[in-house]
Amino acid sequence: MLEQVTENGRPDGAVPEADSKYMRLNVGPSHPATHGTLRIFVELEGEILRDMKLEIGYLHRCFEKMGETHAWNQVIPFTDRLNYCSAMMNNVGYVMAVEKLLGIEVTPRCQRIRVIMCELSRIIDHLVCIGANSVDIGALTCFWYFFRERENVYDLFEALCGARLTTSATRVGGLYKDLPDGWVEWAKKVIKQIPRTLDDVDGLLTNNRIWIDRTKGVGPISKELALDYGFTGPCLRATGIAHDLRKASPYYGYDQFKWNVVTSEGGCTYSRYLVRMGEMRESLKILEQALEDIPEGPVNVADWSISLPPKEQVYTTIEGLMAHFKLVMHGIKPPVGEIYSATEAANGELGFFIRSEGEGRPYRVRCRPPCFAIYQGFPEMALNQTVSDAVSTLGSLNIVAGELDR
Amino acid sequence: MQETGTSSSVSNSGMLPEFASAFASEILATEDFRGDVTYVIKPQRIREMIRFLKTLERCPFNVMMDLFAMDYLKSNTEMPERFAVIYNLYSLPSNARVRLKAYVPEAKPEIESIHDVYKAANWFEREAWDLFGITFTGHPHLQRILCHNEFVGHPLRKDYPSDQYQRLKTSIRSTGM
Repeated sequence: MLEQVTENGRPDGAVPEADSKYMRLNVGPSHPATHGTLRIFVELEGEILRDMKLEIGYLHRCFEKMGETHAWNQVIPFTDRLNYCSAMMNNVGYVMAVEKLLGIEVTPRCQRIRVIMCELSRIIDHLVCIGANSVDIGALTCFWYFFRERENVYDLFEALCGARLTTSATRVGGLYKDLPDGWVEWAKKVIKQIPRTLDDVDGLLTNNRIWIDRTKGVGPISKELALDYGFTGPCLRATGIAHDLRKASPYYGYDQFKWNVVTSEGGCTYSRYLVRMGEMRESLKILEQALEDIPEGPVNVADWSISLPPKEQVYTTIEGLMAHFKLVMHGIKPPVGEIYSATEAANGELGFFIRSEGEGRPYRVRCRPPCFAIYQGFPEMALNQTVSDAVSTLGSLNIVAGELDR
Repeated sequence: MQETGTSSSVSNSGMLPEFASAFASEILATEDFRGDVTYVIKPQRIREMIRFLKTLERCPFNVMMDLFAMDYLKSNTEMPERFAVIYNLYSLPSNARVRLKAYVPEAKPEIESIHDVYKAANWFEREAWDLFGITFTGHPHLQRILCHNEFVGHPLRKDYPSDQYQRLKTSIRSTGM
């Protein structure tokens, strides 16, 4: 059955000898420590991992093929399922790519609401990552503390778009809906509570002897290796490289807010934890500023060949009716071309490469998932450490199978 | 060759003059669409070119962001070949991006592997092989990565029906390694 296994941690791809002195063990694809459908074959010497093979694809659902058979706006619900811990960021990443292809800029109000959506998503994504990571290590309390805040943010999402997890909140050229009444005040209340929870967990973990023993120096990766593997996001910043697309190539006015890129040294589980904790506080800073002065005006672009016309226009004018009909029946028609657009998602650079043939559906949608590159480097971090350290490392990488396998 | 947007000839390519002059005979076209620079290149010397860009002094393209394939079978535009492999490189020090695009023929969809230039390329090349059937010569472990091992064909090719399912008949035993 050797040929059925699709990857190992060795660079030469060699298959270990059958009479290996090590014990072999299968982990996953459904295992509490993998938080998703990841399968790992390991070779153990006592408690130490000597070799490992990663097998992915258990959650492959042909996102890219589906993208080719659906209209531009119909792809948005598929993007929800990429990184389902922060669905709104995927929505934004995808529509931003289509908007780049169209050569349009969304309205200031829409940009600001997208920033708010993205930063709230980043916070809940990091909450899940640290929460689940701490559960794996045995600190259950933090998980409950964090999930309370996550539920509050999900309530906000629900009010915004009707869904909690699979939001599909964006549309090409705008949003599904403008903010409901009173939402901003509510959001301000919700984010005011989050620092207290962060402080609580900070107090429970950051200087905790057990937590430090289980995470500091565990699953380390060097700067050079991280770059060579194509790491982005918190996992890269944990090695000390201050790279963040929101600073490097700001979009949606990220450069107008006062905030810092959080980095840490060592590239180990502990530094990834510190980076995520710091990033949540920075996201809160951005949110506080972003919620303060949301620009007035429409959320959708005025071009009726991209955004649906307002309902009054559809029912009372022939132009509105025709535009509505044409958009629903034929869809958006971006010009022929190929573009790549990237956003800083919770796990790193989420990129979309799109080719349009000038038709109502994409010719090709290519998603560059940050997890794919990061998970490839996992054996580099986990080998020659204990199984429990591998669990702690895997949790800190925040591998989301929906994004990994697409 | 030049499909879209404003394209410029090799002689006045804007972004990477060192690259354009070093590989003048290899570069077939330069495209610039919405600010994305793409060099259309011959596939033969891909490893050299990638290595050149990775070690370029002025702006080293030290991150391989993406590597994937395209199938132009159903394209309305006439393309030189059916398949293309696209390399998406990023330079962290100078925050620059460049795309290389190498067309490979349908009869022999083959290109050299760059897994030893960027470690990241390993899985991305496997994915391109799995979904498009592009062979990366010299790849140490060119096996399916997203589809199961009994899968027949390459699902992202344009002639693969989007509603065709293939069920895995036998379970993968956990005999390990």
